[in-house]
Amino acid sequence: MSRIELKHIDKFYGSNHVLRDINLTIEDGDFMTLLGPSGCGKTTTLRVVSGLEKPQNGIMTIDGVEMINADDAYYAEPSKRGLNLVFQSYALWPHMTVYDNIAFGLKIQKMDKAEIERRVMDSLKMMRIDMYKDRYPTELSGGQQQRVAIARAVASSPKLLLLDEPLSNLDAKLRIDMRAELQRLHKQLGTTIIYVTHDQTEALTMSTKIALFKAGELNQVSTPMELYNNPIDLEAADFIGNPRINLIPGKAEMKGGQLVVKSELGGHTFPGEHLTDEERPASGEFDCVLAVRPEQILISREPVEGALPVTVYASQPAGSETIVTLKAGEEEFLSKEIGQAHYELDQQVWAIIDQNKINVYNKETTRLIKRAV
Amino acid sequence: MSKNTLPKKPLTQKRLKNLILNVVRNPFNMIVLVSLIVLFCLIVIPLLTMIKSTFTLAQSELRRVDGHVGDFTLYYWKYMLTGKLSKAVLLEPLLHSLFCGAMTTLISVPLGSVLAWLMIRTDIPGKKVLGLLVTVPYMIPSWTKALAWLAVFRNKTSGAEGFLCGLGIPIPDWLAYGPIAIILCMSMHYYAFSYIQVSGALRSINSELEEMGEIQGANKAQILRHITLPLIMPSVLSALVMTISKSIGTYGVAANLGNRIGYYTLATKMRVFIDQGPQGVGYAMSIVLVGLAALILVGNQRIIGVRKSYATVGGKGGRSTLMPLGKAKKPMMAFLFVFLFLAMVMPFFVLIMETFQVTTGAGYSMSNLTLYNWIGTPDHAERYINYPGIFRNPEFSSALGNTVRLSLIASIITAFCGQFLGYISSRGRGKWYGNLTEQLVFVPYLMSGVAFSTMYFSMFSTPHLGGLIPSLYGTFTLIVLTSVVKHFPFASRSGTANMLSISVELEEAADIAGASFWKRMTSIIIPLAKNGFISGFMLVFISIAKELDLIIIMMTPTTRTLSYLAFTYSQEGYNQMSDAISVVVLLYILLCYIAANKIGGADISKSW
Repeated sequence: MSRIELKHIDKFYGSNHVLRDINLTIEDGDFMTLLGPSGCGKTTTLRVVSGLEKPQNGIMTIDGVEMINADDAYYAEPSKRGLNLVFQSYALWPHMTVYDNIAFGLKIQKMDKAEIERRVMDSLKMMRIDMYKDRYPTELSGGQQQRVAIARAVASSPKLLLLDEPLSNLDAKLRIDMRAELQRLHKQLGTTIIYVTHDQTEALTMSTKIALFKAGELNQVSTPMELYNNPIDLEAADFIGNPRINLIPGKAEMKGGQLVVKSELGGHTFPGEHLTDEERPASGEFDCVLAVRPEQILISREPVEGALPVTVYASQPAGSETIVTLKAGEEEFLSKEIGQAHYELDQQVWAIIDQNKINVYNKETTRLIKRAV
Repeated sequence: MSKNTLPKKPLTQKRLKNLILNVVRNPFNMIVLVSLIVLFCLIVIPLLTMIKSTFTLAQSELRRVDGHVGDFTLYYWKYMLTGKLSKAVLLEPLLHSLFCGAMTTLISVPLGSVLAWLMIRTDIPGKKVLGLLVTVPYMIPSWTKALAWLAVFRNKTSGAEGFLCGLGIPIPDWLAYGPIAIILCMSMHYYAFSYIQVSGALRSINSELEEMGEIQGANKAQILRHITLPLIMPSVLSALVMTISKSIGTYGVAANLGNRIGYYTLATKMRVFIDQGPQGVGYAMSIVLVGLAALILVGNQRIIGVRKSYATVGGKGGRSTLMPLGKAKKPMMAFLFVFLFLAMVMPFFVLIMETFQVTTGAGYSMSNLTLYNWIGTPDHAERYINYPGIFRNPEFSSALGNTVRLSLIASIITAFCGQFLGYISSRGRGKWYGNLTEQLVFVPYLMSGVAFSTMYFSMFSTPHLGGLIPSLYGTFTLIVLTSVVKHFPFASRSGTANMLSISVELEEAADIAGASFWKRMTSIIIPLAKNGFISGFMLVFISIAKELDLIIIMMTPTTRTLSYLAFTYSQEGYNQMSDAISVVVLLYILLCYIAANKIGGADISKSW
């Protein structure tokens, strides 16, 4: 239960500038996910918060208490920050039993024995692994080790729980189970959580907020649905969503406070209130990119008013959904239909696209200029 | 917006205070500092002291040179390089060393590589037994091989006849002693090094690489020539460099087989000067030896990189299909058996039998057999002899005690320091202190045993820094210290490997849990490092137990070890006694190996 504030954090490894002016506020009780491809600085940010790395610039406070002040070369010790960390590798001590792994930190805090016992058993029960308490980590499966690592981190009742790609070593099925488990854990403990992952599904399903990283900088901080519906730039749009978002080049022009766009999807006029503050030419035609999520494209076998006539390029039924590649002029784009559907190759169909759901990006700046609503 | 350069902060009082606190509060920094100072004192200062002493006039030269004790002088270097005796002092021993080293390398590297290939890549039968037998010579100290050689080839020149002379085969001096004997004995020792290196490399090669060659239509010879050989070339090269730099500095073999006929190498000649003076010349020669080894290793570094060169190339073996030898199987087996018979079975049979003989070379009839050398008392001696059988000889028991004591104490200290230094190098990878530690620790590796001990001898024969470093001449402490520091490179390498296997995250997890540095050490690092520590300890233990070269210069009657006693007896002509002692040493080492293998899971291929 704490509020973390990062201000102007810079981290260098030698001359390598890995964190660039990170400003991030994590509200009390947030499940904040740091999301981004590998090497973008998300794990480094987590390690800065935990105290395992010392940034060369910036200030960090937890509940208003200064933990980092690079100007004064002040860095509070990790154990003085009231947090705990689950490592990607779990970092379970192989020479200690599950019980001892969890009790270790509590013993160091000089808790009395009964209290340690109670806390260890509570966290083991919460993670539903109390039957393994006398085993050694090597005698457990990956999923069980994962639970021990989490139990160890929560046993000390940290105000802040840090998780570094905790699910990346689990198989697909276990991952879904653990996602549910983590979500419940967050609810149950009410702890502020910072969660690092490169997996967008994890980020979208569990977080209350997502901080999207891009090459050492914070690109976008928003709720999962906002990030999904209105990615701030083309890179973010491309990174989020599976199958990936359709990007179609077009020409745009501002006319009477409205954005008029022409592309292979036809002509669109977007009202002024849906436009963002991002930079765009006030007059004259400019290059833009339209972005439409595949599930926003409906396919009709009959002609529909306002629908776009297209041909089926390929159709991939996958049981629960069907991915259809459509072709309009020279442009190809994907449509995702829930359920099983069958289309002939080169069949003529009509694509229904809700223009409110279209994002428009300025091609030059790659930033979002028209929001989906 | 983002700045691309490291920010420069104004140095406020608060910042300064925190900066100092950050360094001082972290015990790790203190440990690094202390280790660096200790390493500096144990490695850099002795080296400088030795170099300085070659330019400083000593008491014993006052008769020959004008000046005062402690004056700067070029006398020693001139004596060695330009004096009338220069040819006998430096040039001849140098050429002998180079010749023996080069020939040893020429024999042992191909031999070891071929054996490795046979054992790893072909379908030769009986691999388990053969593989063990082939590595046995490496466990045996090289000087015992020299004794075994003498047991077989000795002739009248050194008093008692050996096995072959006893059979009536005349053995000329040039065969019994000198370069041929030295080269063959060293080859029988150092081939094992190439064997271990190359077999490691061969094991790490995925045989699919070779099978691909076969699919492309290459025949066996072409596969060997174009695929296998280039892949193991780095290991072969590094084995080559190792062998030549080690064999140039070898003392025990050269002294046992060369001194009797006045054949001196750099290492043996150096000892003559250290013993008989002028010592400064001996020190200067030792610097030449160090320079030579450094030169070879630097050359090697240029080619393959020094770290790689002394790490046995390991790695997980891929799928491995064996090459059928076909018709060549029988000749290859015959070659192996002849080799093992000549290199191991026969010499050691003869060596062991000699310990039971009254007169060497006089056959194994009952009248010539005795237990005297083991348990006899002087009044029962068949002929005039100074010593009782070794088990009744107080010199022997004292030497046995010293050997056990030395190997135990020194190896415990070494293994402990090794883990410690390994911790610093592994946690400081890529940081200045990690690199500096690794480099300092590597220095003793450049020196042959004799050169290294000469350095310590010169450093500690007189008090330094006004008595702060006392004179340790003739003390057991000095021998322990020398053995410890000389084994630093090996011990710290195994320590580094051990520490690297303990993930930093395990420590970080404890850090976050609130464990202090010392708590992390005692409850995380030490319990996890235990196994690696034991196997590292065992290997150092054995290496010190068989050591002769390193400690020979420092021996005094009270500090003698078994290897030195065997060496002295052999020099004095008590061959049977000397053989008996070396049999005891062999048993001691073999027992230790077995124990190391059983307890610590120690692997011989990690020793050198």
